Amino acid sequence: MREHTVLRVVTKLLIAPIILFALYVQFHGDYSPGGGFQAGVVFAAAIILYALIFGLAEARRAVSPNLLRITGALGALIFAGTGVYAMLRGGNFLDYDYLAHDAIHGQHYGLLLVEFGVGLTVVSVITSIFYVFAGRGRRNDDEQPPGDAR
Amino acid sequence: MNALIDTASWILLAGGALLSVIGGIGMLRMPDFYTRMHAASVTDTGGMILMLAGLMLQAGLTLVTAKLVFVMLFLLITSPTATHALARAALEDGIEPQVDHDKR
Repeated sequence: MREHTVLRVVTKLLIAPIILFALYVQFHGDYSPGGGFQAGVVFAAAIILYALIFGLAEARRAVSPNLLRITGALGALIFAGTGVYAMLRGGNFLDYDYLAHDAIHGQHYGLLLVEFGVGLTVVSVITSIFYVFAGRGRRNDDEQPPGDAR
Repeated sequence: MNALIDTASWILLAGGALLSVIGGIGMLRMPDFYTRMHAASVTDTGGMILMLAGLMLQAGLTLVTAKLVFVMLFLLITSPTATHALARAALEDGIEPQVDHDKR
């Protein structure tokens, strides 16, 4: 991939706007089309684009699979935790009305938190799936240089 | 004034649609891979620019126009890059461009 100058330059130019757009879709999702799942997919697409152009090992160095494992679980925890917190405040599971002092703020916070959890999990899981599929058939390519004796 | 802007916008939209149709016909009728790709890029750039300009005139000076400008910038960067990658991949895969003196 060293010689693909055009692709590398354009990718460098585009990854930041793609991530910014993902964050816009994520946090503006309660007022416009969008939400956690779509934002997560766009964000994961940025990471996958990086992996396609700069190589799987580089992408694994930038966004490590272990981190993805943690954030994937954390997203689900935020989702479920929001629901349980609403239960602790006296409502049903995921009953946003009970999250804050009044129902309107509660709905707002609940939506943002739950969508954040969904987005985090979707980024992590989609990127993990890509890593697993793309890394199939190669062993430890991020730890050993090619040609290294086992 | 309003009718003028509306007319200009519809002329742009119709022009963009025409270029898209031309690109589609070209993709079906052109003889080899590279000329077909060239026809498709007419849709990518010419048709896209004219249609987005028409839509901007419809939207006026609003947030929608700002978003359309960003869409246009994004497409102007990405679609030539995609075409470049496609052509390069085809060339490396051994597809030769068909040239005139091949036929004689």
